Amino acid sequence: MSDTKHNGNMLEIKGLKGGVEDTPILRGIDLSVNGGEVHAIMGPNGSGKSTLANILMGNPRFHISEGEMYFRGELLNELEPDERARLGLFLAFQYPSEIPGVSMDKFLRDAYNSVKQDSVSVGKFAKKLRKKMDDLEMDESFASRYLNEGFSGGEKKRSEMLQMAVLEPKLAVLDETDSGLDIDALRIVAESVNKLKNPEMGVLVITHYQRILQYLEPDYVYIMLQGRIVEKGGPELAEKLEDKGYDWIREKVGLEG
Amino acid sequence: MSDTQLKPANQDYEYGWHSEHRYKFKAPPGLTEDLIKDISKRKEEPEWMLEKRLEGFREFMQKPMPTWGADLSAIDFNEIIYYLQPDYQKNKNQTWDDVPDDLKETFERIGIPEAERKFLAGVSNQFDSESVYSKLKGAWEEKGVLFFDMDTGLKEHPDIVKEYFGTLIPASDNKFAALNTAVWSGGSFIYVPPGVKVGLPLQAYFRINAENAGQFERTLIIVDKDAEVHYIEGCTSPSYSTNALHSAVVELIAHEGATLRYTTLQNWYSSVYNLVTKRSKAEKNARVEWIDYNGGSKATMKYPSVYLAGEGAHAEIVSIATANKDQHQDTGGKAIHAAPNTTSKVTAKSISFDGGRTSYRGLIKVYPGMENCKSDIECDALMMGPNAESDTYPYMEIEDDTAQIEHEATVSKIGEEQLFYLMSRGLTEEQAKRTIVHGFLDEFERTLPMEYAVEFNRLVDLQMEGSVG
Repeated sequence: MSDTKHNGNMLEIKGLKGGVEDTPILRGIDLSVNGGEVHAIMGPNGSGKSTLANILMGNPRFHISEGEMYFRGELLNELEPDERARLGLFLAFQYPSEIPGVSMDKFLRDAYNSVKQDSVSVGKFAKKLRKKMDDLEMDESFASRYLNEGFSGGEKKRSEMLQMAVLEPKLAVLDETDSGLDIDALRIVAESVNKLKNPEMGVLVITHYQRILQYLEPDYVYIMLQGRIVEKGGPELAEKLEDKGYDWIREKVGLEG
Repeated sequence: MSDTQLKPANQDYEYGWHSEHRYKFKAPPGLTEDLIKDISKRKEEPEWMLEKRLEGFREFMQKPMPTWGADLSAIDFNEIIYYLQPDYQKNKNQTWDDVPDDLKETFERIGIPEAERKFLAGVSNQFDSESVYSKLKGAWEEKGVLFFDMDTGLKEHPDIVKEYFGTLIPASDNKFAALNTAVWSGGSFIYVPPGVKVGLPLQAYFRINAENAGQFERTLIIVDKDAEVHYIEGCTSPSYSTNALHSAVVELIAHEGATLRYTTLQNWYSSVYNLVTKRSKAEKNARVEWIDYNGGSKATMKYPSVYLAGEGAHAEIVSIATANKDQHQDTGGKAIHAAPNTTSKVTAKSISFDGGRTSYRGLIKVYPGMENCKSDIECDALMMGPNAESDTYPYMEIEDDTAQIEHEATVSKIGEEQLFYLMSRGLTEEQAKRTIVHGFLDEFERTLPMEYAVEFNRLVDLQMEGSVG
């Protein structure tokens, strides 16, 4: 591990450019996150927030053209998504896939064993899972349902939270976890994140709206526009966005709508 | 996710081994009338069976090859060995201890001893053209259940065989049914007397084990009034470079109120042509279920059918197929509603891996005046890999207005998003693909007894080995 490259940060992103398929989207992102911190990236639709989340996790539809991402001292750029997961990176998806015929509990055990490089038995894992589900106030029947199949929007997001609880990541990236949720569902999901948060875990929240941040209380807030982070600040920046919308920042940095 | 590098499926064929067997008699390649007479004589068959065989031979010679379905043009009938007789003394009182060691070794490799120990009720293992081992648990014997290899069945109960043999599938039905009628050997014969419910599945394993050996087993199962039985056959076939032909005929008769489930798990080696005719008849309030998994082979054509002959009869057909590179599974099912108030359900699920092709071919027929028939057809195809192919041929001949027919079909590709999702949770690309494939087949796996579900999982994983790089 060389401190010159990642500056000792858990996540260090330097000069990251990239996009989806042939379209360039990110135009140079610098960001660092450490354990125990909550960072929020805010931005309007099309600003590149979700692109950043997908590139971080290694979605094969996305590409990197320049720059580096270091996570816990390892260069992420060329790693497969499963290798990133094993390093302790977790992405809560905006649109989680449905996998018919695969029960939550079986899938979660496979994922757990793979991420933790362990081989816990069915019985032992069932106990562990039950505890996690109790913590998140989830119904027992959830474990025997097929992974995300026929889940409501809120159930899908809770499924993501349960996966996060089981895999105990070092860094959780929440990609528009609040989208499509009514206020009650949003509260439940946000409370789940708060329960799972710990002094070693970093959280990177990606969101359009400020409302989830009322629960998550970020330490750092960034505003992203047209593939760049154009403003940095504390929680007050999120409140300012809530009051004023995105137009003032567009004007400030001299970008058209 | 790198592009998958394909290797020939047969490279990793776990069951591609060949144990040394001696044959008491091995016919020369090719089919002649003399050979058929010779087979019948060696088997000491009654005259009427020889007549049936010769009728089969005549039909076979004049019937054209099917021009639809899989490509069968590479089959050379003159290269095939139609009859083999392994070298051991047949003895219907054999126990496992009497089975020759090299055969045991063979069975061990396909996991038979476990199945035998665990829930053996009666086993009839076909080894090439003859059954080497046939045993029926005492309790059922007392109840009058008959379970023999077909040759023994014919010897011991010629009257029952004569009554039903070829009634559902006459020699004239199709070229391969005709061939089977001419040269059949082995297969299972089961009779379950009225009211007898056979609790545990009856099992049989088949395999082709000599180069160019055709396997032409003939199975006849009769379940009498209100009786119940579940029959399971598992098939594996060893490695050979030349094409082998498997052409079985299976006839099931379910009398009034009877329940009959027939489960097949097949994993033929990738040079085998698997051309099987399976048909059943369900009398009043009877229920027939065909559960059919076809993996491996070069080409499979198989459409288990149920003739619903009595009011209230029900047919259930589950057809599962996986096709690897250069394999074509042309499979499905048929339900013929020939009585009022009959119901059928056809579930077809197929997976084509890169370079493989699956075709669903099915027929639902309702005769005029057969009121209130219902049929549900569900076809799901999953394609995995850039050159996977899948097509469906659902035929409907509905001649009564009161019929309710539901047909649903889905075709999906294993999506990059699904794979990314699973991999983001730590599963490797191979694990992720397996997870999706096994999920797709989960519903089917649940219909199998535990031991067979395990075997089935293994077969599917074997199929995937050729397509996951």
